[in-house]
Amino acid sequence: MKRIVIVGASAAGLTAAETLRRRGWDGRLTLIGEESRPPYDRPPLSKQILTGAWGPERATLRSLPDLARLRADLRLGQRAVALDVPGRRVRLGGGESIGFDALVIATGVAPRRLPDSDLAGVHVLRSLDDAIALRAALRAGPRVVVVGAGFLGTEVAAAARAMGLDVTVAEPEPVPVRRPFGDRIGALVAALHRDHGTRLRCGVPVRRLRGAGGRVTGVEFGDGTTLPADIVVLALGARPATVWLEGSGLRLGDGVGCDANCQAAPGIYAAGDVASWPNAHFGTRMRLEHRMNATEQAMAAAGNLLGDVTPFAPVPYFWTDQYDTRIQAYGIFPPDAEMRIVHGDPSDSHFAAAYGHHGRVVGVLGWNAPRQVRTLRRLVVDRAPWTTFAAIPALSPATVN
Amino acid sequence: MKVIVDQNKCVASGQCVLSAPEVFDQRAEDGIVVLRAETPPEGLADDVRQAVALCPAQAIWVEEQEDEQ
Ligand SMILES: Cc1cc2nc3c(=O)[nH]c(=O)nc-3n(C[C@H](O)[C@H](O)[C@H](O)COP(=O)(O)OP(=O)(O)OC[C@H]3O[C@@H](n4cnc5c(N)ncnc54)[C@H](O)[C@@H]3O)c2cc1C
Ligand code: SF4
Repeated sequence: MKRIVIVGASAAGLTAAETLRRRGWDGRLTLIGEESRPPYDRPPLSKQILTGAWGPERATLRSLPDLARLRADLRLGQRAVALDVPGRRVRLGGGESIGFDALVIATGVAPRRLPDSDLAGVHVLRSLDDAIALRAALRAGPRVVVVGAGFLGTEVAAAARAMGLDVTVAEPEPVPVRRPFGDRIGALVAALHRDHGTRLRCGVPVRRLRGAGGRVTGVEFGDGTTLPADIVVLALGARPATVWLEGSGLRLGDGVGCDANCQAAPGIYAAGDVASWPNAHFGTRMRLEHRMNATEQAMAAAGNLLGDVTPFAPVPYFWTDQYDTRIQAYGIFPPDAEMRIVHGDPSDSHFAAAYGHHGRVVGVLGWNAPRQVRTLRRLVVDRAPWTTFAAIPALSPATVN
Repeated sequence: MKVIVDQNKCVASGQCVLSAPEVFDQRAEDGIVVLRAETPPEGLADDVRQAVALCPAQAIWVEEQEDEQ
């Protein structure tokens, strides 16, 4: 093996490169990234960068000397446009074609938009440039509508409220963050936002954006009502960035389909938001858009590329910060899981919940309870029997949704 | 090795405590990292490097001392 190529130079791609070097790979290493900025971290974009608590440079992942120590051929500002699996080549937008012996795909995800949303005042948030543009727009004191109350949308709303703006979040589901965490946590997140003066418009889908003279003027809902807006933030989720892999023969369903070792084809691995793989710990295929997973999966993929043959079977970790509240979660949260409050009390804004599924503890969630949730994580790692919490009263209804 | 943490960057994930409980702890009130050992013994160096690599907030650094390299 002479040359390893990594496509995607962000959290997962950078970690893959560092892991390869740390594990002794001394051959050629090429890291290709579409963004021209050196790698930076995304979680602060919707938090400290948006509120202005941090300047943009604080999101930088590595100093220039640290990047240089990688001894990688760093191709920033270059986009991979095609992959030739049998020929072992990646083609770049400029026409150049780069051969590889092994490849790591770490191209992440790209935000979804609404049709006809190409209007001034409409924003998405994925990149540092997006965050800088959105912050500049928010500083003008606009009325803000955030479309989508997942984690990104609720974090953006919290940041905009912290700037003192008039903010409404629009969400077709009855409560925010329902898909990941269900009705109960969703209702608590809704209350958190209302307590901070953010309006929620839940249960009605957005039909389209309204505009005049090329600028957004408001949001029109499925029930015919409209809400005026100066700035609309689309937080509608994201799609795996796999357009460049179409026709390559790799399995592209929900992202790049990998085996348990993060391998998509012989010598070709994927990691981070773009990769789906069967997680043996839970016996289910998953694709995670979580910061910790980008690191852990890139480490695992790089190790397997070097010959480890170790199935990647982590307990996923996720966190979100909204206002003064930090929610942290380990594991999985199936909609038919049973949930019990195992520490503290939701009415005190400090509690931990456990989730049982098929007789095992599969997830734990902390609401301003970082140390408790870290300790409870052990139960998910050990697949502890759900009867561990038999003494704790069941909620009614018992399941999450 | 000398360990440095940035409490302003820390997001209280606890990954460092999971990797090297002898070196890191979390504040009771908000889970922010606290150092238990600024210059941990060499035997813990790999655990500390694991914590550096896993920290989701880039809040931990190490300075390797000359004589160790
Ligand atoms: C605003 C925001 C806030 C977040 N907050 C949290 C949080 O609080 N907690 C949490 O757990 N997670 C959070 N996340 C998720 C976390 O940031 C991601 O899971 C993580 O960034 C995934 O890393 P990645 O390297 O897989 O993908 P990405 O970070 O998306 O990086 C992929 C890179 O590949 C590049 N690329 C794409 N296509 C090509 C191509 N064809 N050729 C070359 N390069 C290409 C992209 O430009 C990009 O730089 C947040 C994400 C965002 C956007
Ligand atoms: S791993 Fe990093 S973010 Fe998590 S508690 Fe430790 S220092 Fe803080």
